[in-house]
Amino acid sequence: MSRVAAETVEQVRSLGDRYKYGFVTDIESEQAPKGLNEDIVRFISAIKDEPEWLLEWRLEAFRHWQTMTEPNWAKLGIPMIDYQDAYYYSAPKQKEGPKSLDEVDPELLATYDKLGIPLREQEMLAGVAVDAVFDSVSVATTFKAKLEEHGVIFCPISEAVQNHPELVRKYLGSVVPYTDNFFATLNSAVFTDGSFVFVPKGVRCPMELSTYFRINAANTGQFERTLIIAEDSSYVSYLEGCTAPMRDEHQLHAAVVELVALDDAEIKYSTVQNWYPGDENGVGGIFNFVTKRGACIGARSKISWTQVETGSAITWKYPSCMLHGADSVGEFYSIAITNNYQQADTGTKMVHMGPRSRSRVISKGISAGRASNAYRGLVKMLPGAASARNYTQCDSLLIGSKCGAHTFPYIESQNRSARVEHEATTSKIDDDQLFYCRQRGIGEEEAVALIVNGFCREVLQQLPMEFAVEAQKLVGISLEGSVG
Amino acid sequence: MLEIRDLHASVEGQAILNGVDLSVGPGEVHAVMGPNGSGKSTLSYVLSGREGYAVDRGEVLYDGRDLLELEPEERAAAGLFLAFQYPVEIPGVGTMTFLRTALNALRRGRGEDELDAMQFLRVVRQKARALGIGDDMLKRALNVGFSGGEKKRNEMLQLAILEPRLAILDETDSGLDIDALKVVAEGVNALRSPDRAMLIITHYQRLLDHIVPDRVHVLAKGRILRSGGSELALELEEKGYGEIMGEAA
Repeated sequence: MSRVAAETVEQVRSLGDRYKYGFVTDIESEQAPKGLNEDIVRFISAIKDEPEWLLEWRLEAFRHWQTMTEPNWAKLGIPMIDYQDAYYYSAPKQKEGPKSLDEVDPELLATYDKLGIPLREQEMLAGVAVDAVFDSVSVATTFKAKLEEHGVIFCPISEAVQNHPELVRKYLGSVVPYTDNFFATLNSAVFTDGSFVFVPKGVRCPMELSTYFRINAANTGQFERTLIIAEDSSYVSYLEGCTAPMRDEHQLHAAVVELVALDDAEIKYSTVQNWYPGDENGVGGIFNFVTKRGACIGARSKISWTQVETGSAITWKYPSCMLHGADSVGEFYSIAITNNYQQADTGTKMVHMGPRSRSRVISKGISAGRASNAYRGLVKMLPGAASARNYTQCDSLLIGSKCGAHTFPYIESQNRSARVEHEATTSKIDDDQLFYCRQRGIGEEEAVALIVNGFCREVLQQLPMEFAVEAQKLVGISLEGSVG
Repeated sequence: MLEIRDLHASVEGQAILNGVDLSVGPGEVHAVMGPNGSGKSTLSYVLSGREGYAVDRGEVLYDGRDLLELEPEERAAAGLFLAFQYPVEIPGVGTMTFLRTALNALRRGRGEDELDAMQFLRVVRQKARALGIGDDMLKRALNVGFSGGEKKRNEMLQLAILEPRLAILDETDSGLDIDALKVVAEGVNALRSPDRAMLIITHYQRLLDHIVPDRVHVLAKGRILRSGGSELALELEEKGYGEIMGEAA
């Protein structure tokens, strides 16, 4: 989080110099004009002082995007999105930001409080004090030095473009090509923020790398792009947290994450997604259309996705593993909670190509209010996947009688020695359990949180310690008002 | 402490309790005995506030307060505890986690500080040992895969940790072998105190060999048909419910 805040401040500062490339005449303005066209793509690339090849890549993506239509196969009711009625570049305008926590929406602060995010971090999340951000620059630098000792690169992707162009050029789009899908292609054309991680051969990253993303209508980019490369026999654990303030209008978030694991490398990627879900009547909220994919290129490589999805009005997200390497391993652990009018269509793709590759999918969907929650998962065994194995377990929990849970498993096998298992259950929180808890003095909402946390335990256990605690609280918060 | 007056209650429109009167003072242990279908479990659910049990007439005073107005968790905070006939399984929730959540919820309700993990661990270990409950059982998910005896012992552990003022034991003896019965009875006896009342609901007399009640009531057809001292339990054992019910009718 501190890193992203520092990055945006840096962008604002440098804007003055780069201005000559833009077509925005007002030097005070930190926003590109509304709408999307080639000029906007050029503007973004120019502001970031990108090399020619990257601009070309963006433009190719943009041209391709214009030929595409939005996917409509998910079990989602998506309102028409006017892509010309949005800003594709905006950096924080410090003058407009709140000067102190007193000016920040108290409900937002209450949410941070409930999440146990310390005050200092609250300030940074709320985009408040400039000095706090300056402080965080030094914090970021301290970590950076320690990581550099080990040869680990962890920086904003725009910085990586400048300092490590050969790596970015080699891997950007190698897992999710710019032609991949409507939202990923859009992202390729206009991505602004994001992280870059490179862990060299044989290095075990000495700390958990973490980023807090935040959408603030006038602030950080909504099209972030993350690229993580783990060389032979390396290990890295990366965490991302997401929050957004409450706004009446819907906001589009279309991120792309690419992971590359070489021989014997392991990447653990954890997400706690708590974008603003809209209010209890379904007004506002983030549209979260995200493409996350990891390539287990090397033999015995491993990629593990863990996600806790509690936010967003609409979630469309399928973190996937392309299991190229022999004996490679892909894992997907997911908790998706939808309440009120939230909709989620989420799951994974496990594509087995390497012999003896293995994958494991544990999905826990919880639906309350009038929400709809769908698991969609593909397990594909290609001809090379001799003796490959998959195990999928998909559990749905319903709270109340107006919500829905759906499971859409797709299984394709082209290798007779491959084995695929799928198990699914659907249950309701039953009155006996609730009454038992209440008889012991546990209030109804706390009881629901307790029971749901129990239901999600297998997945919560996969999260790094500090995230697990936050996630458990989040489970309770996101289901408030779902009973009674 | 507990005053039940002319209590009428029904489930899905069917009358189950037809005018129950019962008075339990502090420090007293009362047994409510009765044949199947007499309304014993209904009485315990009405007292603890379970949804679906409608009170049609009468009142229940607890320390002079209208008990029936309170939510189940408020009754618990006021010191009412129900040991369930069929303890509920909650997958994925560790027994320790559940116990701590419950105790801290009660403490909050009473305006006391919550116990931290270490303080709590000390309390649990000590009480668990007395009931022959090992760490292994405390680590497992609440009641999941527990044997009948383990479930009942777990109820007694909760009773010991939550230290209620009024404990209702609903058929706690059912499904217990004689050794488990003794453990449970010892646990209950250890909790007898001048300011704690207990209502022991049971079908058989055998539990009352180990927990000797001050008063015994016979509940049948939704009413208390007879009350007496502990000797009434023995008389019931000898003659069976039929004769008593016949006499009363």
